[in-house]
Amino acid sequence: MSTKPPILALRGVNKSFGPIDVLHDISLEVRAGEVLCLLGDNGAGKSTLIKIMSGVHQPSSGVIEMDGAPVTLPTPRAAQESGISTVHQFGGTFPLMSIGRSFFVGVEPTKGFGPFKVYDRKRANAIAVKAVQDMGITRIDDGDRLVGGLSGGERQSLAIARAVHFGARVLILDEPTAALGVKQATHVLRIVNEAKRRGLAVVFITHQVMHAMAVGDHFAVLIRGAVAADFKKGEKTREEITDLMAGGASMANLEAEIEGYMASHDGHPPKVA
Amino acid sequence: MTISSLVRLPGMGALVSLIGVVAFYVIFGGVDVVTLGGAASWMNFAANLGIVAIPVGMLMIAGEIDISVGAMIPAGSMTVAVVSGYYGFPIVVGMLAALTLGVIVGTINGILTNRTTVPSLIITLGTLVAMQGVILTAAKLLTGEASVAITAPDWAKTIFGQLITASHQIIILWWIAFALVLGFFMHQTRVGNWIFAMGGDRVSARNAGIPVAKLTIGLFILSSCAAAFVGVCQAILFNSAQVSGGMGIIFNAIVSVVVGGVLLTGGFGSVFGIFIGTLTFAVVNQGIYFTQIDRNWSNLIIGIMLLLAVGMNETFRKLALSAGRKPTIAR
Repeated sequence: MSTKPPILALRGVNKSFGPIDVLHDISLEVRAGEVLCLLGDNGAGKSTLIKIMSGVHQPSSGVIEMDGAPVTLPTPRAAQESGISTVHQFGGTFPLMSIGRSFFVGVEPTKGFGPFKVYDRKRANAIAVKAVQDMGITRIDDGDRLVGGLSGGERQSLAIARAVHFGARVLILDEPTAALGVKQATHVLRIVNEAKRRGLAVVFITHQVMHAMAVGDHFAVLIRGAVAADFKKGEKTREEITDLMAGGASMANLEAEIEGYMASHDGHPPKVA
Repeated sequence: MTISSLVRLPGMGALVSLIGVVAFYVIFGGVDVVTLGGAASWMNFAANLGIVAIPVGMLMIAGEIDISVGAMIPAGSMTVAVVSGYYGFPIVVGMLAALTLGVIVGTINGILTNRTTVPSLIITLGTLVAMQGVILTAAKLLTGEASVAITAPDWAKTIFGQLITASHQIIILWWIAFALVLGFFMHQTRVGNWIFAMGGDRVSARNAGIPVAKLTIGLFILSSCAAAFVGVCQAILFNSAQVSGGMGIIFNAIVSVVVGGVLLTGGFGSVFGIFIGTLTFAVVNQGIYFTQIDRNWSNLIIGIMLLLAVGMNETFRKLALSAGRKPTIAR
């Protein structure tokens, strides 16, 4: 498998907005059936990186490769057509649409002919519900329900199922678990595993180390726009990753500082302003 | 049709409002339902308003608004009156001129909305005022009058401006036809679904390959032309056209659309709802003349009823979101 070129690879990608360098010499790759976790604190450049991979921004320099060949992704539409699908934090973006209708936005199935070609509600609903259920979310069984009535996890799952159904090869998940409760997050992680099992390459962006470790095969930590660490599953512990994200040893320092404060203040933790 | 699918219909709130309004007039106003039901006044009012309200509502579903329709009604009737009445061209030419004006104004509205970040409320406010100026100046320059007479041939009268029964305007039938065609378009075709998607999230809709810019222009053209059409019908019916404000129709159309369950911020609504919303507004507005209620109260009653109707929509929208949700199984 490793002889095959990665589905999506970035080679020495830089991005600057005017005089500000946002991304510096980023090299990453993700293969079929593999989950690449992109970790990083707020402001580390994660969202810019996603936007480059999904065709919103162009890299200032460096190359994006798909299947070993360099590509340009001038628009989000172009990225989608090459099989790169991005699912954002809140999943379904049309909260007041039915599941069936939002699943097929832009590619609605029709029946009839000529000017009487009508939207095929039954078929759209059936396909959408089946796609979601196949991904393991069996609670969704009515395609007429409005997307806004679903839970956050269900919405994410619907969006991922949609991407998988329409032949995505690379799935970019932007903080899919950030706004979710524990149980909901577990649902989404299960769906990520299912997508991986089906041979998709998944880029999973998060700052929740636990979630990353649950599904990730490969990890990259982003600090101030550069890849600070790049390692495989099992090579680092949770604490090490958290420290890395927070910028080296600062987390350990902070803990030591608090302990020192408590020791000199009768065991009270420092007041938070 | 299950209860939950009924509740999801965006027109449900409007339907309940309509029933409530009629019930109010019957109980407190002593109105005879049969007299009210057959009366022409509110039907004529609803039809003239409704033909404009449907495209305005479609724009609102798409996340935009068009208030220049207020100027397009007098613009439509003035155009047909000047071209066919004053200059004596065939009525078809006058009508085409009015519709062409609608296409031009709609295109300007659409292009400005696409190219700038200015809200369409402000853009169409600009074209509204500008068109009022254009109509007045053009009418004065070309005819020297602010009121122009027009005599339409019989066939045009029959189709666009006759009274069926002594007082019902033929435009009622046009309104019903408009509602059926546009209802089919919005809810049964792919393009209709795209319009909902645009209102839900314009950027995502564009990313999904929906021709957002073209549809925006098309919807503005539709609303301008619908307003011009109403103007043409009025000129043919009344045998004359005046330079008039037409400001009332803007608020009436928006109120009808909102009472009809369309979300002001876009992405939700239905043509059926707008139709019922227009009916409700017309009954509220004209029905008071059938009651024993002192006319001086009319605006207060209208205001309260509208607030109630909108509140009802809010409730129904919440119900729609939760309808069909599985009861949580206790473990």
